[in-house]
Amino acid sequence: MSRNVWRRFKSNAAISGVYALTGLALVPLALVLWYTIVNGLPAVRHPEFFLNVERPVGFPGSGISHAIVGTAMMVGMASLVAIPVGVISGVYLAEYGHGRWASWVRLASDVLVGAPSIAIGLFAYAILVVPLHHYSAVSASAALSILMLPVVIRTTESAVGLIPGGLRESGLALGLPRWRVSLQLILPAAAPGVITGALLAVARAAGETAPLLFTAFGNPLWSVDPTHAMSALPLIVFRDALTPYTELHDQAWGAALVLVTMVLIINLASRWVLRRQIRLAGQL
Amino acid sequence: MAAAVQNKLKRPAVPKLADNYRRLTALVSCAAPAALIVLVLTLLQQALPAITHYGPNFLVRSVWNPVTLDFGALPYIYGTVVTSGVAIAIALPVGLAVSLFLAEPGAQGLRAAIGTSIELLAAIPSVVFGIWALYVLAPFSLHNLETPITQHLGFIGFLSGPPRQASLFTASLVLAVMILPTLSAVSRDVIRAVPRGLRESSVALGATWWETNWRVVLPAARAGIFGATVLALGRALGETIAVTMVIGNRDEIPKSIFSPAYTLASKVANEFSEATGTLYPSALIELGLVLILVTLTVNLVALLLVRSTQARMAV
Repeated sequence: MSRNVWRRFKSNAAISGVYALTGLALVPLALVLWYTIVNGLPAVRHPEFFLNVERPVGFPGSGISHAIVGTAMMVGMASLVAIPVGVISGVYLAEYGHGRWASWVRLASDVLVGAPSIAIGLFAYAILVVPLHHYSAVSASAALSILMLPVVIRTTESAVGLIPGGLRESGLALGLPRWRVSLQLILPAAAPGVITGALLAVARAAGETAPLLFTAFGNPLWSVDPTHAMSALPLIVFRDALTPYTELHDQAWGAALVLVTMVLIINLASRWVLRRQIRLAGQL
Repeated sequence: MAAAVQNKLKRPAVPKLADNYRRLTALVSCAAPAALIVLVLTLLQQALPAITHYGPNFLVRSVWNPVTLDFGALPYIYGTVVTSGVAIAIALPVGLAVSLFLAEPGAQGLRAAIGTSIELLAAIPSVVFGIWALYVLAPFSLHNLETPITQHLGFIGFLSGPPRQASLFTASLVLAVMILPTLSAVSRDVIRAVPRGLRESSVALGATWWETNWRVVLPAARAGIFGATVLALGRALGETIAVTMVIGNRDEIPKSIFSPAYTLASKVANEFSEATGTLYPSALIELGLVLILVTLTVNLVALLLVRSTQARMAV
């Protein structure tokens, strides 16, 4: 009997341990968000933070408008390439993905998700910065699009895979050719899932710093020319955080707050879209 | 007449267009494999001057002198492996506990909310972890973890002092936080894939919750959990920015994990944009090449492990 008491005690202790460790796992998220908000607010409270460009230390009214625009432009250009290519690849995998080639594509994109972003930055430097002889936003976008591609491919594939076979069969039974069934019937039905994947990829690209270090490089001035160096929010956080000036620390925390807000809103929005998609697919 | 009808019957409605659609999408799907191959080959080509000049000794020497163009990668390989290893050691127990918690039946609303929160951790940009680690985590760890540990366990070589804010250990702590979502999400899926019958048989034989999970569920999911760990290791090896901000950037192999060090990725991040000439940037690219080859191998192994477990469970 005492052995059973001991066994039950051990089990209860283990359950408490699991609960405690799960609670512990939630602490970092809370702390990161809390400190980013508290330390970021002083900078974000001033409207000129969103209107001006960076000013030297000691001059008031410094801002990060050029970095917000830079991040938006570079992620936008990367999306223009990565989202269409990724969606079409994902549709291919879902529609014809039984052969050996498809499994290679799947494996390649799963491995590409884990490729270190700094190595992708080196690659973009070698193929676009060296031949053009200067840093450019385009080269950063190329690096970001490689980061985004596998995310879009795999989420598109699973979103298209969620669509019940009945829809495809009805289309084919009505005599529609395969491409029309795929593009005009299946893809619109899977659209929310595809949008989720695109949004997740955008959120990931917006937060990346390492691939921008030797491609976009950063730029203290206003620049919207994609063939020149451009600033980005993560670059401001990285560079300013490592300086010895408190003004720049405030600016780094402010930029971090803007970045986290952007990324979390995109992320939560994509989850909401996906949940609707799963409900809708259940009704189809 | 009959031949004409037969001809018409043989021919499908729009054969060419349908085939072209398949061919076109198949062609576009080459993008991901092509990107991967071109990526590795380009880095290889760029690293070639350093590879031919320094040979395999590059990987085992610990010297980094851009003035005399004398380079060796050992301290960075050491820093990368040790930070990732310590991060796994910290994150694994927590990640396993979270995945056991998430895989339990019942209270689905609460479990979904906690699962989402931990996944959101993966969405936070690494530079934000970096600034948080630099200004919040590093001072906290110095006063509450590093100092007491070095005082009481300092006689053990790798735990000796003096403790520093920017250290291998601080980098490992922030890495542990960053790989936690990968670890817990993949393990949760593997644990959920364990057949219900197995769990129910164990409970029916009178095993407690702990005995069921420790002796039946976790062993059944072992290969998949190992795969999740390796996948998280791959993430930790390649992580750049957060580590660069807190590891202290010192070109030597430290005795203690509380001393500053360097990783492959942070060396490249810090020095590449200032590297001039041929051999110096090429040596840095070789560091990147080593990093990507190790990471890709680790990822490949992990994926195969996770897939084989899930396939075995599905049967």
